[in-house]
Order: sequence, then structure tokens, then C-alpha cells
Amino acid sequence: MRIENHKRLKELLERAEYIRDIKGEDFEDVMEVYAQLKYAFENFYDLSEEEIDSLLKSSEKRLEELTILGEKTLTPYEIVKITRHPQRFTLQDILENVYDSYVELGGEGEINIDPAVVCAKAMLIRRVGDDFHVHQVMVIGHEKGSGEEFRRGGSAAPWGNEKALRYMRMAETEGIPIHFFIFTPGAYPIEDYPGAAQQIARNLYAMSKLQVPMISFISEGGSGGAEAIGLADLRLMAEKGYYSVISPEGAAAIVAKLRDGRPPRELVEKMANALKLTARDNLELGTIDRIIPEPPLGARKRDYEFFKRLKIELIKATDEVVLRTRGFKTFTKHALSKQTTDNFSYYVDWDLSEDEKEILVELRYEKYRKMTQWAVVIPKGLTHTLKEKGENFLRVLGNEIKYRVLKSGQKTFKRLIDDILSESSLLLKPVSDPVKTVYNLIVGKKVKPRLPTIPEEEGGVYELPVALEDRTVTCPQAEKYGCPDIWVPDLYGEFCGVCPYCGYHFFLEYQWYLNNVFDRGSIKFFDEEIASTNPLNFDGHAEKLKEDRKRTGLNSAFLSFTAKVGGISVVCGMLVADFRQGTVGAAEGEKFIRAIQLAKITRRPFLMFVHSTGGIRIQEGTVGVVQMPRCTMAVRDYVDAGGLYLVIYDNNSYAGPVASFLGSAPYQFALKSTRLGFAGPRVIHETTGQPPPPDYHSAENALRRGHIQGIWDRRELRKRIFHALLTMGGKNLYYR
Amino acid sequence: MKVDFKEIDRLLQKLRANPYKIFPVETPHTGYIKEFKVKEGDSVTGPTGKWLEKPGTPLFILERERNPKIIRAHTTGIVQNLREDLKGRFVQAFETILEIRHPLSQEEVISEVLLSALHVIYAEETARFILVPEISHRIEKHGLKRAEVRGGEDILIMTFMKREHFIKIKEEGRFIIYQVYFKPFELVPKGSPLIALCPSEDLPVLERIVARIREEWPS
Repeated sequence: MRIENHKRLKELLERAEYIRDIKGEDFEDVMEVYAQLKYAFENFYDLSEEEIDSLLKSSEKRLEELTILGEKTLTPYEIVKITRHPQRFTLQDILENVYDSYVELGGEGEINIDPAVVCAKAMLIRRVGDDFHVHQVMVIGHEKGSGEEFRRGGSAAPWGNEKALRYMRMAETEGIPIHFFIFTPGAYPIEDYPGAAQQIARNLYAMSKLQVPMISFISEGGSGGAEAIGLADLRLMAEKGYYSVISPEGAAAIVAKLRDGRPPRELVEKMANALKLTARDNLELGTIDRIIPEPPLGARKRDYEFFKRLKIELIKATDEVVLRTRGFKTFTKHALSKQTTDNFSYYVDWDLSEDEKEILVELRYEKYRKMTQWAVVIPKGLTHTLKEKGENFLRVLGNEIKYRVLKSGQKTFKRLIDDILSESSLLLKPVSDPVKTVYNLIVGKKVKPRLPTIPEEEGGVYELPVALEDRTVTCPQAEKYGCPDIWVPDLYGEFCGVCPYCGYHFFLEYQWYLNNVFDRGSIKFFDEEIASTNPLNFDGHAEKLKEDRKRTGLNSAFLSFTAKVGGISVVCGMLVADFRQGTVGAAEGEKFIRAIQLAKITRRPFLMFVHSTGGIRIQEGTVGVVQMPRCTMAVRDYVDAGGLYLVIYDNNSYAGPVASFLGSAPYQFALKSTRLGFAGPRVIHETTGQPPPPDYHSAENALRRGHIQGIWDRRELRKRIFHALLTMGGKNLYYR
Repeated sequence: MKVDFKEIDRLLQKLRANPYKIFPVETPHTGYIKEFKVKEGDSVTGPTGKWLEKPGTPLFILERERNPKIIRAHTTGIVQNLREDLKGRFVQAFETILEIRHPLSQEEVISEVLLSALHVIYAEETARFILVPEISHRIEKHGLKRAEVRGGEDILIMTFMKREHFIKIKEEGRFIIYQVYFKPFELVPKGSPLIALCPSEDLPVLERIVARIREEWPS
């Protein structure tokens, strides 16, 4: 009895501590209860059994009341604190209590590729009446650990995400579903190979067509780190979890424009409210599919009822995804919707046929394609819709006839003729060669140019208005390389914004590229009317959008257009710094998908020029974050269909876009002086405890790490793009 | 080669009398001095940070062709001889605008004394360097300031693009390896010090001098 009481006392003390940590020391009389319990715990053997009994009863009752009261007044920032609390359940608890058996893969504990990422082959037993059915699943997730520093709080290193990808592929080979568990404050922001951003992009690219059912469960969903294992067919979220574009502290530091130091507490709480990061908010925004209820103030390590419920929900979610790929299963689907206990009334085989796998991938694409479309201003009205649909239909029809019927027939015929000519030339070679030699001697051999060259544009270089200023500027690298001052009309005119002495690339307006890279008069913009909105009603954001619209004449940070480079037709996307620092939100994502779809339909190369991008627009919260999987799926669709996707970086490119639709490009080049990476210096310093070197994100280092394929000089950009299109595309320039 | 202790005495006396180094700050080119950012007697700092990424204190603004340029301090010290009369006036290139009086630290004094006293081998070209394995073993066994080498012995291997070249000690006599300035296989720029040798018989005296500097000089 005495031992039982001691155990109960310890549990109650932990519970009081938990309530104190979540709700604060000034919450009701929590500190009083805590002090009493602590005193009793420390002087347990000096107190009589009656005293302990009475304290246990009164404290338990009061703690119950406080929990209920705390739940009623729970704020978004308190939810963030719940997800980070050491008493919260972790992946290890789920593996122990939800799955019936498991084998950890890729290391255990500290001896691991990355202790922050746990992969395990697990077994789930489904009871149907008196029968037991065994399901095998691959479990991949973040492990926060219980006070284990080496887990880095669940921040996956680049090689941890690579490990996750390896086991995703293994699951695909074995044809077993994957359950993802997201417990991460964000990815560990280091650029070492394979690179934080680039590896997340690779994961998203692979997951978009992984032919197994994928279910994700979010407890702590920190932006890109969460997305690395978050692209799933069904996204579940813990009731007391958070899923956000950035931590409230990070958002507060950005809003307060802090370079270092901690933002004020009030601002952090304000940001937690503004970011709409709770499960309920995310369900409303359409970024998750279902909420898994938790006990008041969140589930902890020993909440076995919660684990039981989670097991049922995971089985049901996997069943649902599998059944969606199967047509005639009405009764099973009905039974699934009514299922609440762990004794199932039906059984679903999770093995998919080849046709079902295709349907699964198609449904996944459709699901993400539709996501967050409500957050974009798309011109509506019957006339406009009919016009757009009509145009699309004609475009698809025209290109199908041109490429599938005519070009395909033409290709087969040409191949036949080539074969005949090649065979006959070999047969006639002994006769024709001496005649050809004599003819060449008399007439002279004509040498055909090996590579076509790009025609020069008439009228020289287009100059920006800044080039008219009569003054000089100093190169930022003047102290290092001794560059003399440069006269502005020369710099922004003839020198294309490049220091002629050291090659430093000055910032240029995006108009310069539009006028100097593409053939004059060939640019035709489309989807200009699609506009950014303020989906979260973030304080002050609508005004900023209005200002930017007025200043730039743009509706979003993304320009989509068709153009020609040296006569080669291309579809282009451009992220411009002028509009919200080139950040990506729902409108930019939608425009990107539409542009790459046009490139697919019209069989054109897709050129993505990044003038600058600051990442995902934090004011759009998870509506912005889901653009990462959405756009990467569009990239995968285009590349698989045979498209040539080329990305060119300039100035600064960071975070979400690089970790998704930019980083997943097979060919990526950067202009000199580009800075490319996952997180900025402040975040790296805060997370790793070390300030990064000043050239940490330079293009040279990105090339050294293998993140990009080359560095280009702006003065040769037009020629470089032209040659890249010819070389990468070759004779199949328009379509593989 | 023997250590010239008289020379060291003279150097120390000079440093004691004037324990500063004066760094004149000149205009890099012609222009107008628009504004002074410091006053006579102000303390300034040079670039700081792990990679010297944080620039030094702004000293003055020099403008040419409507291009105002902030001239910053490259060393830490006190501003003196500030030419305030030049404010708003045109100046030629390489005109001294102010001086920074940099107080020499204990380590700087020791380094100056050692460089003047010891026999230092410098990198003749930009390359990677390693110690000859025999010398490396000797250092491992006895430690720095104990391991001995003889004149004419091979001491370093210069390696660059698979080409290897042995570097000998040109002087006669016995030496103690006092200091190694490079890390094995690290690219060393031409002219950088590689290794400092001290004649065996002079080591006790030299160590006494260093100990005295450490005692006398504020750290």
C-alpha cells in the first residue's frame, strides 16, 4: 500500500508539474497543489498513511479540475508548449504501445545514421471477431527522445531524411503501407551533403509517386522538416499538436526584425495565434484530413487509451486509402465509417494491384492539386470559365494530335528511312568512298557547323533606369580584390551588373532578365490575374499586399510566361524579389502548377528563373507550406511525362521553395554571387549554436556540395540558357 | 647561426619605450572628406567575429563621383593625429587622415621577438607541407621545444599536385624545433612561416627572455 501510494504521489507530482509548465505558475492554485505534493514526496516516510491518503485524494480531485479548467482556456501557444513538453508521448511510445511488434532499422539510440529519425518495420494486428489478421507497415518518424540531447529534439539532419527515403523505397519494394509520425520543430538547417533543402526536395519528389498507401500523423509539424515525411494520402493530426510554417518564436523574430536575441513573450503568443497552427485551424484550412482526439491538456507517455484510439485510427486511415483505389466496396466503406472499437467488423487487404497503385498515385495528385485553391483569387464567372476550359481543351486536343498522332507517325517513318539509308550506305561504301574522295578534292569539302549559335539581339543590351545615374559605386569585394570604383552607366549597361575586375554580380531588377535573356517581343504573360490573398487574415498583411500590388503592378511574386530563347520556345516561371521578397504562397504555387502543366501540354521545356525567394510566405501559414508538396508533385508529373525542367538561381534563394519544387529539378544552375540554402544565418546559429561562415550559402559552396550543377556568369546568361536547352534537351528538346 | 641577444635587448628596449604600433589610415583614392565618424582619442576596433566577418569601426566618409565610401578601422587602438581640418575638403590619394595607435599585446611582443631571434623557414611557394616522418616522430616522442634537428637534415616535404620536394636546414649546427606554424596537408600561401628553429645552446636564454616578457608585459 505504501509503495502504491508513493507511486501515485509521484504521478500526481508529475501531473502538477505538467499543468504548471503548460498553463504557467500563475494558473489558479496549481503552485499550491504542486508545493503540497512536493513536500509530501520529499517527506514521504515522515508523514502518516492517513495524511498521505487524504492529500492524494484532495490533490487528485483538484488536478482533475485544473486540467478541465486548463483545457477550456487553452491558447495556441500553450498547445505549442504541450507538443514540446518532455512528458508528451514520442514515437518510441507509439512503437511500444500502438504496434504489436517492431524492428528498428538503420540504427538504434545514439548508434544511428541520425538519431532524430527512426525507421522501423512494424506489425499491426487487426482483430475481426475471433480472427486475427497481421498487417506489416513501415514506420518512419521523428524521435524527440525523453531528455536525450543527441536526438536534437527531432530535428532531422539531411542524412536522416535520406535514411527515411531509403526505407520508403524499401516499403515500396515490399508493397507495404507507410505510417509517418511527425514530431519535429523543423529540419536541422545544415548544408552538408546531401543538404537540408535538397534532401527534403528529393523526398517530396519520390513520395509524390510512391506506390504504397501513406498515412501521416502530425504532433509537432515544423514546416519543411515536417514535409520531408509529410506528403501522404491521408494526413492525421493530434488534437493538441501544431503544424506551422515557422515556430512562433521564429515568426516573432522576423516580425520584430531581430538579428539575434529572443523576441518578447507577448509577440510570440500573438504569432502563435496569428499563424493558425492548431489542429482545428489546419482542418479548416484544408491542410489536414482528420483530427485524432486527445485527453484534456494533451496525451502523455502513459495515456494508454489514447494509444488504443490511435491504433484504430491508423488502421481505419490505411483502410480508407486502400478502399479509395477499389471501386465496389460500398458495404466495407460503410462499416469503416461506423468502426469505433478495436474489434473490427471487416477486413481489408492492404496489398494493391498494379491498377490500384496507379489509381492511388492519381488520387494523391488530385488531392494535393485541389488543396488550398480557395486561398487564391482566380477570376470567376461563366464566360471566363468557359473561355478558359475551351482554350485548355483546344490546346490539349491540338497538341495531342500534333505530338501523339502526327509526330509519332513522322518519327516512326523517319526512323525507318534512316535505317534503310544507313544499311544502303554501308553496302555501297566500297564504291561510293573513292568517288566521294575525288569529288571532295575537286570541289572542296563543306564543313557543317557542329552546334547552332544563338543570334545576337538587335539594339544591344537593355539598360535599367538606374543606369542613367551619373555616379560611381564600389564593388563589395573591393577590399579583397582591389577592384576600382565602377561608373554606374557602365556597370548597369555594358557590364550587365557584373564587376569587370572580380566578377561580383550586383543585384539587378527582374526587368533586366526579361529584356536581355529572351528574344525581344517573344514574351507572352499568362495567369496574370491570379492574385495573392491573406488566407489567415494575418494582421497587417492585406495592407502590405496592397502596397506591393500598387508599387509593382503585380498580383503575386510569380510571373508565368511563354517566350523564346534563340528561337527555342519555352514556358517560364519567375519568382521576383519585388513582391513580398519573392516568397511563395498559395497564388505563387497555383501559378507554378499551371505554368508547368502548360509546358507539359504544349511539350515545351520549363525554365524556372529565381530572381529571389525568401521561402514560404509566413503570413499564409500552412496554406503556404503545402505548396511544397503540391508544386513538387507537378514537377514530378512533368518530368515523368518527358519534360525538360531547368532552374536558374540568382540573388537569394532560401527555405521551402528550394526544399521542394526548385531543389527537385534535375538541372539546377546558379548565377555567380547567388546565395542558396535552407535557413538563414540567424536560424543556423540558434539551432546549431555555431555561427555559419560568411560564405556558407555561396554558389561556390553549393556547387562543391553538389546542390547545383554549375555557376553561370550573368553576361553570358542568354547564351548559357540556349546551349543548356540544346545540350540537356538535345534532339528531344520539346519532349523526351 | 647564433641568436643575437644584443639585438633582442635593443628590440625589447624599443618596445618598452614605445609599446605601440602606429597604423596610419590613408585615403584609398582622391575625394572629399564628407564626415568624420570618430574623434581624437576614440577607441576603435578592427574586424571581429570568427571569420572577421564583422567590419571595423567606421572612421570617416570619403566621397568621389557621388559615391560615398565608409573607411573603416583595420586594427584595434586609439585614434590620434586626426586631420579635422580636412573635413569637407578635397584630398589626394594616399593622404594620411588619422593614425590608430595600437597597444602591443604580450603575444604580439613575443611573436616579434621570436621572429627576429629564431631561424624561420618560410614557404617558397603556395603548396601543402608535411614534416619528414623521422622529424614528426621526434616531435611526438620529445615534444616541441625538446625535439632536436641537425643542420643539413631534411626537415619538411613540400607537396603540390603529386610533386614532392624535400626542404633542408641550410645552416650548420644543432637546433631545437621551437614552433610549427602549419597543419599537415593544409594549403600554405607563399611567404608564410612554416617552422621556427632555435640553436640548442641558446634555448635556455631565449626561454628566460620569453618568460620575462610574460611577467613584465600586461596580458
